[in-house]
Amino acid sequence: MLLLQCPYCGVNAEETELAAGGEAHLKRATVGDSDEAFEGYLFMRENKKGVHLERWRHAYGCGKWFLAARDTATLEVFGTYPAQTTEPPADVTENIRAKYPDWSWKETA
Amino acid sequence: MSNAVSALNGKTATGPVTVQELGLTGMVTLRGDFEDEGFAAAVTQLTGLQIPDVRQFQTDGVKTVLWMSPDELLVVLPYTEVNAFVTAMNDALAGSHYLVANVSDARAIFSVSGEFATEVLGKNAPVDFEASQFVAGMVRRSRVGQVAAAYWKLDDGSFRVVCFRSVAEYVFGLIATSATAGPVGVY
Repeated sequence: MLLLQCPYCGVNAEETELAAGGEAHLKRATVGDSDEAFEGYLFMRENKKGVHLERWRHAYGCGKWFLAARDTATLEVFGTYPAQTTEPPADVTENIRAKYPDWSWKETA
Repeated sequence: MSNAVSALNGKTATGPVTVQELGLTGMVTLRGDFEDEGFAAAVTQLTGLQIPDVRQFQTDGVKTVLWMSPDELLVVLPYTEVNAFVTAMNDALAGSHYLVANVSDARAIFSVSGEFATEVLGKNAPVDFEASQFVAGMVRRSRVGQVAAAYWKLDDGSFRVVCFRSVAEYVFGLIATSATAGPVGVY
């Protein structure tokens, strides 16, 4: 069972209360971008066995979207944070690095 | 004018845990910026209650203001006062970014009370109802069985449950059946 703490209402919500929203921190391709950029934005997704940054929605609760750092293999949760962020916050990164010292996110790698 | 009727018209299942549909009850969804002084002032002025803290509610016995999300409140008040309240709220908030919706006839509200009311709800929701965790004055939005619902705990230990009107029969049946089945001894 997956338990994620909603950063908005503080509830430790279990997965039946949540709706998964795919990869987090996608940057939208816009007018003037190349076809490749659009393809990347629309279709190219991380599919990791390991640490993954994801969007979740507290669907049955407060209804807000939030982001979570989670290990897809072990279901270990490294932290959840509000959706109004463009990169994982320092405390979440620290939690991940405590377990995977070499971890780097594609945007910062 | 048409005759307003609540979802289950006050249907009641009595027993050690009594489940009762509360009949016509005024419910108003309020959305806005809680940090905004105008919004907070309007809520306080028209309900006589402060905006509740996260997952809490405020009540004076007649009106109740419930925290539903970081930008949403549910005001529960007598059915006859709803239209006046909505009009007054619209006047008070005019010009700001807000939403006031009368959802009285789109929701059903239940009372669940009795010695093991906590267990009855606990059977149907992924929520920790342990007395030290779910204290009186707290509100939780989650689900009952398969449908969305919100519940809050009153000082006397009984609960109020709110769900969509269209699933009122399901929620009533589920809770009433769970009550008949007896306690499980978890809480």
